[in-house]
Amino acid sequence: MTARPAANARLLLHIDWTACDGRGLCTEILPELLGRDEWGYPIAPGHGSDVPVPDRLAPAAEEAVALCPRLALSLRRRD
Amino acid sequence: MSPVTQAVRPTVAAPAGTARLTSGRAPGFGSHLADFGPIPSLVAEGLLEELRASGLEGRGGAAFPAWRKIEAARARGRSRGRRAVVVGNAAEGEPLSSKDLTLLRMAPHLVIDGLLGVATTLDAGSIHLYGPESALPAVARALAERPDARAIDLRPSAETFVSGEASAVVSALAGRRPVPQDRTVRLTEAGLNGRPTLVHNVETLAQIALIARFGAAWFRSVGTATDPGTRLVTVSGDVASPGVLEIAGGTRIGDLLGFAGADTAALSAVLVGGYHGAWVPAAGFSANLAREQLAPFGAAVGAGILMALDARRCPLTLASSIAGYLAGETAGQCGPCVNGLPAMAEVLHRLARGDRNAGLPAEVRRLAELVTGRGSCHHPDGTARFVLSTLTVFAEDVAAHLGGRCAKDHS
Ligand code: SF4
Ligand code: SF4
Repeated sequence: MTARPAANARLLLHIDWTACDGRGLCTEILPELLGRDEWGYPIAPGHGSDVPVPDRLAPAAEEAVALCPRLALSLRRRD
Repeated sequence: MSPVTQAVRPTVAAPAGTARLTSGRAPGFGSHLADFGPIPSLVAEGLLEELRASGLEGRGGAAFPAWRKIEAARARGRSRGRRAVVVGNAAEGEPLSSKDLTLLRMAPHLVIDGLLGVATTLDAGSIHLYGPESALPAVARALAERPDARAIDLRPSAETFVSGEASAVVSALAGRRPVPQDRTVRLTEAGLNGRPTLVHNVETLAQIALIARFGAAWFRSVGTATDPGTRLVTVSGDVASPGVLEIAGGTRIGDLLGFAGADTAALSAVLVGGYHGAWVPAAGFSANLAREQLAPFGAAVGAGILMALDARRCPLTLASSIAGYLAGETAGQCGPCVNGLPAMAEVLHRLARGDRNAGLPAEVRRLAELVTGRGSCHHPDGTARFVLSTLTVFAEDVAAHLGGRCAKDHS
C-alpha cells in the first residue's frame, strides 16, 4: 500500500464481499492498491466496497478481476 | 414547487391534527371507506406529481424521496418493456420497532390502497406484501374483504435483523435465503427476476394512500418544511408508556419522550434510529426529530425508533449487549462483517465489564473504522455508528470504567 488511490480515477474496482474468501490473491496482483486486513480481506484505506483505480493500474486491476478465484471482483466506469 | 391539489377531490373530510394514519375507527374495510373515502383513481402522472409536491420520504429508514423511487422503476420498465414488481415491506428486523406491525393491525386498508395505487402507476406485473408472521392474519383478513386486492401475494418475512433490507426482501421473494445481495445496479433497475422492483415500506404506502386522497398541500399542513406530514415512531426503554405514536414531522425530542410518559430529567440520553442509530444526550432533547438537528449527533430519524436511557443505568453495559446482539445478526456472508463485528463487540464487552486496559476505547474505534463500508449491506456501518456514538456521548462513563469507579446499575 504505497500509492493513495487516485481521487479522480475513472475506474472503480468493486468487491463483492458475499463472494470474497479473503485468501488475498488480488492483494498480490495489486499491492499498490490493496492491503490485507487482519483477517486477510482486501482493504484500501479510506474506501469500502468500491476502490478507485488509477489509470496506470488498470491493466493489473483487470488481471485481478480475471484471476480472482471467487469471481468477487468487477471493474466499472465511475458515473 | 406548487402543490397540484386540483387533481384530488376527496369525498370524505381529511383527518385534522396529527392523527392521520391512526385516525381510523376500526381496521375493517367498511370503516376504512367511511373514515377515508374510496381511493381516488389518480392517473399515474397525477399521483407522481402529488407525491413529489408532498415531499414524502421513505419511512423504512433510508429517507429517500418516495416519488423518485417510483419514477425510477417506471422509467426502467418503460425503456426495457419489462413490467415492474411492487413490494410492500413490513419486515421490521429491528427489535425496537413495532410501528409497521401496529399499522398493519390498525389500518391495513391504507397500506393496501397505497400498494394498489403504486402498482397502477407502474402498471406492475406482480404485487407482494412482505411482513412478519404475526402481522399476516390481520392482513389476510383485510385482503379477503375487498375484491380489488386479489393480485396481492402475501409473504411471511424472516425474523432476522437484516431481513428488511431491500435486496434481502427480493432474495426472499425469489425463494432464496433472506440475506442482502451484493449489488452494482439498483433494484429499481433490475430486482426480482431482473424486473424493475420497487420496495416501499408499508408506512410509506399508507402515507401515499392519504396523499392520493387529500393532496400534497394537506400533507404538508402538518410537520415542518423539511419533514412534512406525520410519522409513526416507536418509543421504548425507560419511559412509562412505551409504544407506537403518530407525531408531526420535526417534533421536539423532549416533547416526544413526554408523550410516552418519560421523566426527561431522569434520562441521560435517547437512542435515535434504533440499533443502527446514535445517541442524543439529554442536553440535546430540545432538538427536533429532524435531519438537520439530528446531524450534529450523527443520528437520523430513520424508521422513527427512540429508546430512552435512565441516567442510573450503565450505558456501556447496555451498548455492549446491543453490540453483541448485532454481531450475532451478521448474515454470515462478508468477511469484514463476520469477523469484525464480533471482535468489536468483544472489546466493548471487556470495557463494559470492568477491564481497565486504557487501550480499549481506541481499539473499539479502530475496529469500527475497519468494518465501515466493507459489507454488502449497511449492517457493519450501522453497528459501527452505534458503537462510536456510545463512546462519544458516554465519554465520562468510559473514563469511569477505566478508572474503576462506575457506580451505575450494571444489570
Ligand atoms: S482474489 Fe478475490 S476472493 Fe481472493 S481476496 Fe481478492 S477478492 Fe477476495
Ligand atoms: S455486511 Fe454483514 S449483514 Fe450485511 S450482507 Fe454482509 S455479512 Fe450480511
